[in-house]
Amino acid sequence: MTLAINILLWLVVAGLAFIAATRGQVLLKDGARGGAMEFLLLLPRIGIGVIGSGFLAEALPNEWIAPWLGPQSGFFGVMIATIGGALTPGGPVVGFSIGAAALKSGAGAPQVIAYSTAWALYAIHRLLIWEVPLMPARVVWLRAMVSLPLPFLAAALAILLGRP
Amino acid sequence: MAVTAAVTVYVRDGREHFFAILLGDVTLFTAMLPKVLAGCLIGAFVTLLLPREMVARWVGHESGFTGLLIAAFFGFLLPGGPITIYPVAGAFLVMGADAGAVVAFIVSWTLVGYTRALVWELPFFGSDFVLWRIIEALPLPIIAGLLARIAARAGFKYRDNDQ
Repeated sequence: MTLAINILLWLVVAGLAFIAATRGQVLLKDGARGGAMEFLLLLPRIGIGVIGSGFLAEALPNEWIAPWLGPQSGFFGVMIATIGGALTPGGPVVGFSIGAAALKSGAGAPQVIAYSTAWALYAIHRLLIWEVPLMPARVVWLRAMVSLPLPFLAAALAILLGRP
Repeated sequence: MAVTAAVTVYVRDGREHFFAILLGDVTLFTAMLPKVLAGCLIGAFVTLLLPREMVARWVGHESGFTGLLIAAFFGFLLPGGPITIYPVAGAFLVMGADAGAVVAFIVSWTLVGYTRALVWELPFFGSDFVLWRIIEALPLPIIAGLLARIAARAGFKYRDNDQ
């Protein structure tokens, strides 16, 4: 599975690089350099996040996570996860670390999905720092409003489809 | 946060346990690196090959259900962080897209976008979980877009110059 995804991704990279090359060497070089630079910049942040979330999962009290957010917590757990997601500040490292740590310490997959969906869609700080300055405010509120039920839908779908 | 958690585990569970976890996470992280790099490269090439004005023209002129689908597709396709995505969404509005398309685009970028998933989510959750989550998220941008259209039709004013 992992290998198949890797091959597919690198085929896409090769295809895009080929198209870029047909449009000129400069484009190919710019793309390769841009992608590599971003990768190098991200590396330390992701590394700290992934390793940190492993320790965070160990440090978190399992007996506390499981009843509130575990697979048995049902709709109430999804609700708590959604509120938690909306209130989690910080960039992707923070949100995904907490989600991954919770999953490792016994939170249910639908609950974790509700958490990361809510955090991705309407973390309050992100609306205020990024979206409102760059977009018409009314569109932002409209988007946040219609996004409210989405974490619950995502969790419901997760329960329906079951875990792979 | 990472350091506090690591120290807690070291002090409470001892050295061996500490290194077992460290090794596990480093392995997970290294296994994901080729995918993260691929994600970065795809993002960089798509940015160069797909001018934002072209995307805005596509989404801005098409409406109806197809418009939602196109908007959601570009949300999936366009790489970049909030600082590049929200201005593009703003340009959609200027070029005549309705709130539904803009909402579908942003929600799709947030939930289905491959750069976020590859670069950020994958190293933390592993490919099976991420793939499964994305499949579940597929209908959500369309649902959000439809809800936004319903709200706009019910009288929610989203353009500043609306009468």
